Amino acid sequence: MAEEANKKTEESKNMKIVENATCTFCGCVCDDMELHVDLDEKRITKAKNACVLGRAWFAEHVIEDAPAAMIDGKEVTVDEAIEEAAQTLVNAKFPITYGLSDTTCEAQKHAVAISDYIKGNIDTTTSVCHGPSGLAFQGVGESTSTLGEVKNRADLVIYWGGNPAESHPRHFGRYAVTPKGMFTPNGKKDRTVVLVDVRKTKSAGVADILIKPKPGKDFEVLWALRALVKGNEISNDIEQETGVPLEVLTDLTERMKNCRYGVLFFGMGLTMTRGRHFNSGALLALATDLNEYTHFVAKPVRGHGNVTGADNVVAWQTGYPFGVNFSRGYPRFNPGEFTTVDTLSNGDADAAMIIASDPGSNFPKKAIEHLKNIPVVVLDTKSTETTKLAHVAFKTATYGINTGGTVYRMDDVSIPLRPAFESPFPEDEVILKGIKKRVRELTLKKKHSGGASGEAKVAAVNPL
Amino acid sequence: MSASMRIINGKVYDPKNNIDGEIKEICIQDGKIVDSVTDEAKTIDAKGMVVMPGGVDIHCHIAGPKVNLARKLTPESRRHDVHPSTPFTRSGSGGTTPSTFAAGYRYATLGYTTAMEAAVSPIGARHVLEEFEDTPIIDKGFYVLLGNNIFLHNLIREKRIEEFDQAVAWWVNATKAYTVKLVNPGGDEPWKGKRNSNVSDIDEKTDESGALSPRQIIEAFVKTVNKQGYPHPPHIHCNNLGHSGNYKTTLETMKTAGDLRAHIAHIQFHSYGGELGKNPISKASEIADYVNNHPNITCDVGQVMFGESTIMTADAPLAYVLKGHSKGKWVNADTECESGCGILPFSYQEHIYMHTLQWAIGLELFLLSEDPWRIVLSTDHPNGGSFMAYPKLIKLLMDEKFRREEMKRVNQKALLKCSLPELKREYTLNEIAIITRAGPAKALGLETKGHLGVGADADITIYDLMDDKEMMFSAPRYVIKSGNTMIDNHEFRTDSNGKVYHITPQYDNKIEDVLKPFFEDYYSIEFANYAVTDHYLHEHEIIKTN
Amino acid sequence: MSNKMMLIPGRSSKQGTSLNQGKLKEEYQKVTSTLEMNKDDMDKMGLIDGDKVKLSNEVGETIVSCLGKKPEDLSEGMLFIPYGPPSSQLMTSDTAGSGMPLSKHMMVDVEKVKN
Repeated sequence: MAEEANKKTEESKNMKIVENATCTFCGCVCDDMELHVDLDEKRITKAKNACVLGRAWFAEHVIEDAPAAMIDGKEVTVDEAIEEAAQTLVNAKFPITYGLSDTTCEAQKHAVAISDYIKGNIDTTTSVCHGPSGLAFQGVGESTSTLGEVKNRADLVIYWGGNPAESHPRHFGRYAVTPKGMFTPNGKKDRTVVLVDVRKTKSAGVADILIKPKPGKDFEVLWALRALVKGNEISNDIEQETGVPLEVLTDLTERMKNCRYGVLFFGMGLTMTRGRHFNSGALLALATDLNEYTHFVAKPVRGHGNVTGADNVVAWQTGYPFGVNFSRGYPRFNPGEFTTVDTLSNGDADAAMIIASDPGSNFPKKAIEHLKNIPVVVLDTKSTETTKLAHVAFKTATYGINTGGTVYRMDDVSIPLRPAFESPFPEDEVILKGIKKRVRELTLKKKHSGGASGEAKVAAVNPL
Repeated sequence: MSASMRIINGKVYDPKNNIDGEIKEICIQDGKIVDSVTDEAKTIDAKGMVVMPGGVDIHCHIAGPKVNLARKLTPESRRHDVHPSTPFTRSGSGGTTPSTFAAGYRYATLGYTTAMEAAVSPIGARHVLEEFEDTPIIDKGFYVLLGNNIFLHNLIREKRIEEFDQAVAWWVNATKAYTVKLVNPGGDEPWKGKRNSNVSDIDEKTDESGALSPRQIIEAFVKTVNKQGYPHPPHIHCNNLGHSGNYKTTLETMKTAGDLRAHIAHIQFHSYGGELGKNPISKASEIADYVNNHPNITCDVGQVMFGESTIMTADAPLAYVLKGHSKGKWVNADTECESGCGILPFSYQEHIYMHTLQWAIGLELFLLSEDPWRIVLSTDHPNGGSFMAYPKLIKLLMDEKFRREEMKRVNQKALLKCSLPELKREYTLNEIAIITRAGPAKALGLETKGHLGVGADADITIYDLMDDKEMMFSAPRYVIKSGNTMIDNHEFRTDSNGKVYHITPQYDNKIEDVLKPFFEDYYSIEFANYAVTDHYLHEHEIIKTN
Repeated sequence: MSNKMMLIPGRSSKQGTSLNQGKLKEEYQKVTSTLEMNKDDMDKMGLIDGDKVKLSNEVGETIVSCLGKKPEDLSEGMLFIPYGPPSSQLMTSDTAGSGMPLSKHMMVDVEKVKN
C-alpha cells in the first residue's frame, strides 16, 4: 500500500530514473544503482541496490545554498577565485596538491598538469591509506585479479585487517562471498571465509573462521604462514608471540594450499599499524608463495570511490603513483619526503591545493597546524574542517551525482559515471582546467618575461 | 589547418612508391602530402639528409592496465632516466616503461609517428584510451585480447559460428579496437582454474568437449577476421613462447591459417629448436622459410636487445616461469572472463647462452628474410628491449662489421647453435625504410601511413645522413606529424595529441540478447557500462572493413 | 585515576553515513567522539555508557564519550573510535619515511572526566 502511495507521488512529480548509475562512496564502485531523481527538488529520492553508505551518499548530496567561490570567507565569482588560486600556487616555492580520491579521472589529470607546470608537489590520499601497500608492491609485486574472478572462482576468501561489513557493505554480497559464479554455483556454500582482525567486528557474521592476532603482530603471523607454506617448522611459542595458536595457523596453511582459487583481501589494519608496508609486503609475498601450490591472489581493499583512479592517473602521467615532486622540472618519488603528512608536518609546503579530501579533519595535529599557516585552495562539495581554513574555497558539484566522468574501482576496472541531476556549482574538472590554463600563462610569462620572442612562445603553447 | 611546407634537396626513401634515395621534393598541405605548393610555403632544406615517412611500430606495449602496473612496479627503473618538461612538453620518467608523455615524445624523438599497443583486455580498453589521450604526438591503435574470452570459447565449443562472428565484431566495436589479439590461446583457463597449469600442444584438448584446442581457437578467429575483412589480420602470440622446440608450434599455427591472413607476433621468441627442458637451438631458418614462402603471413621479429627490459605479457603462465628464473618481484593480474597478464623486471645479458641465442635468432630472422615487407622490426617493447634500442638494432642490420664486433662479446656457445656468424647481409636504407615504415603500414592496412606519395599523411622524418647508423637514427633533425613540425633542429617546438585508429566491423544488435545474460551471471560490471563510449576517442579515424 | 589503553580508530557504518550529511554537522561530530570500550574496563573505572573520558598521549588530548562493548568483541585494554577530528588529535606525524602516520594502535591514557 505504502509502495503504491509512493509510486503515485512519484508519478505526479518530475521524476527521472537513472539506471546503471555508479556509486562512488567506497572502493566497491557498484555500478548497478537505480536512482530515482526528483528533478524539481534536485535530489535523489531512492537509490535501489545501494547499501546503507550508498543511500546516505545519494540522499545527502543535495544542492545547498552557499556561494560557489570564496576568498577568505567572502563570496566572489568563480573566475576571480580561479585567478587567486592560480596566483597563490604560482607564487609559492613549494606548492603542494593533495587529495583527489573523490573526484573524476578527468579532473585528476588537470591536477597533475598543474603540479607539473608550477613544479610543485602532488600526492593523493593513497599515502595515508594503501600507500604502504603501493610501497610493498614495488618491493614484492602482487598476484591479483578483478573482482569478477573472485565471484566466479574463489573458494577460499580471507579478509585481513578490515571490516567490510561497515566500510564496504556490498563487498560480501556483490563480489566475494554470496554471489553465485561460474565455478561457484552454490555461492557461499562453495566458499570458506576467514576473517583476521584484532577485534571482533560486524564482519564476523560472514566468517567461517575467526582469527584474532594481538595488535601489532600481523607481520609475525603472516611470516609464520609463509614459513608453514614453504614446509618449514614453526614452534609452539608462536601463540605466546602473536595470540594465534599453531594449530590455527597449520589449519589455515592447509586450506590455503589446497584451495582451488584463494584470495586475500586486506585493509588498514595492516597499512596503518606498526610495520606498515612490511605488513602489506608480507601478505603480498604470502599470496605469491602460494602460487607454487594453487592459484592465489591478493587485493588491497581501497577506501574511496576513485583513489584507484588517482593512483592510475598519477602513475601514467608521471611514472609514480603518489608522493611526487616536480621541483626539478621532472617527477621524483619519495615517500616520507613528498607525501603530504610529511610536507605539512615538516613545514615544507608554503601553499596547498586540497581537492576532494579533508586533511583538516583526519591528518595528525602537527600537519593540521601547519596547514592553518599557509594559503590553501580547497575544492569540496561540502563544508569541512579543511574548507574552514581555506584562502580560496570552491564549492563543487558532486562526482557521479552531478557530473559524468571516469572512475576506477578497487580492482583497476574503469567505470563510467551517470549523473542524476545538474548542479549550479562548478565541476572539479572545470575549475582545475581553469586554474591550469591560468597557471600555464603565468609560469610561461615568468620564464620568458619581456620581449617579443617570449610572447610568441607563450602564444604557441597549446596546453594539453 | 597547418601551413604548407616543402622539403627540398633531401634523399627520399619511399619504398611503396619505389623511391630509393632519389633527391626529390616533398610537398605538404593541410597535413597531407600533395603534388605541389605555392612559393610562399615554408621550406626545409634537407641537403645531406635522408627523408623517410614517419616510423610505424606494429607491436609495442605503451598504454593500459598492464603497462601502468609495470610502471608502478619499477620506480627504480625510471629514477635515473628523467624526462624534464620544456616550455612545450610535459615532464615524465623513462626506463623501459616510460610514463605516457615521455613515451609519446620519445617515439617522436626517434622519428616514429604511429605505434600500436599490442594487447588490451576488453575490460581495460577504456583505460587504454585514457592513456592514449595522454600519449602525445603519435597516432595509435590497439589490439583487443579475445583469444581466451570465455563467452567466445563457449561459442566455438558449441560450433555456433554465426553468433561467434557477431560476438567478435561486437567486441571489437565495443572496445574501439584495431584488430583481434590472441595470446597463448587456450592457456588462460588452465592457469586460473587448474592450479597454474598451461597448454603445451596446439592440438591439446583443453576440456572434455575436445572442441576447444588452441588450434581450433586460432582457426575460428582467423576465419572470422578474414571473413570480416579487417585491415590487419588476427595478431597471434603463439603457444609455447620461449620453450625449446616451440618452432613446431609456430609452424603449426601458421599452417592453421592456411592461405588466410595472419600476423605472428614477436616471432623470434617462437623460433626455438631443441628438446623441452634443455637449452634451445635456432630454428630461424625454418621459420623464415615458411614466412618467405607464404605471402598471407606477416610477422614482427621481437628482437632481443641486451640490457634492461620489462616482461609484460598476457601470457601469464610464461611470466610465472620467468619469475622462477629471476626469483624477483612479479605481478599477475587476472581479468574476469577474458584474459590476464604477468609482469616482471628482466634483463638480457651477453654472457647467458639463452639470451645470446635469442638475440642471434632475431638477427637471423631479419637477415634470412626475403621479404622485408612481411618480416618487420620490433622488440616487442618492452619485452625484448626498449624501443629506444631501435637505432642500435638498425645499425646491427646495416653494418656487418659492427655486428661482428658485437658477436665477439656474446656467449660463444650460443653462436654455434645458429647461423648468424655466416650471415653477411647488410640492410640498405631502403630496406630499413620498409621494415620500420612501409612494411608495418601495409601489414596494418593503414594506407595513408608509411609512404610519401600524394594523399599520404604528412608524417615525415628527416635524418642527417651519417655513417654511424645508430647515431643517425637516434636523433632525426626534423620530425613532422600531420604537417606540423614537432621537432625542428632536434628541439621540440610544439605539442599535439595524435589520433586513435579503430575499426567498426558490422554486426547485428541481436547478439546483445545472447551477451547480456552471460554478463549478468559472470561479470562484475553492468553490461550497460562495459562498452566504451565514443567520447573516450577524442581525435580518431575509422579504417574500413570490407 | 588513569589507565593506558590501545586506541584503534577506524571506519564504522554510522561514520560513513553521517559524513555524507556533513562533517561539521552534529551527527558526524557525535559519531567520531563516541569511544567503544571493553565493558569490564569501564566497570573498573566506574564508567557507564555516555560518560566522558579524556584520552591523552604525547601528541595531544581529546574528550570523548564512552560506549560499552562485550569482552568477546573488544578485548581488555583496547578501545575503538570512528576516526575523525578527535582521534586525529592523538596521531603522531612521524611517518618513519613512509608517508603513513601510525593511525591505529596508539597507546593513550584514559581518564574519567568529572562532569
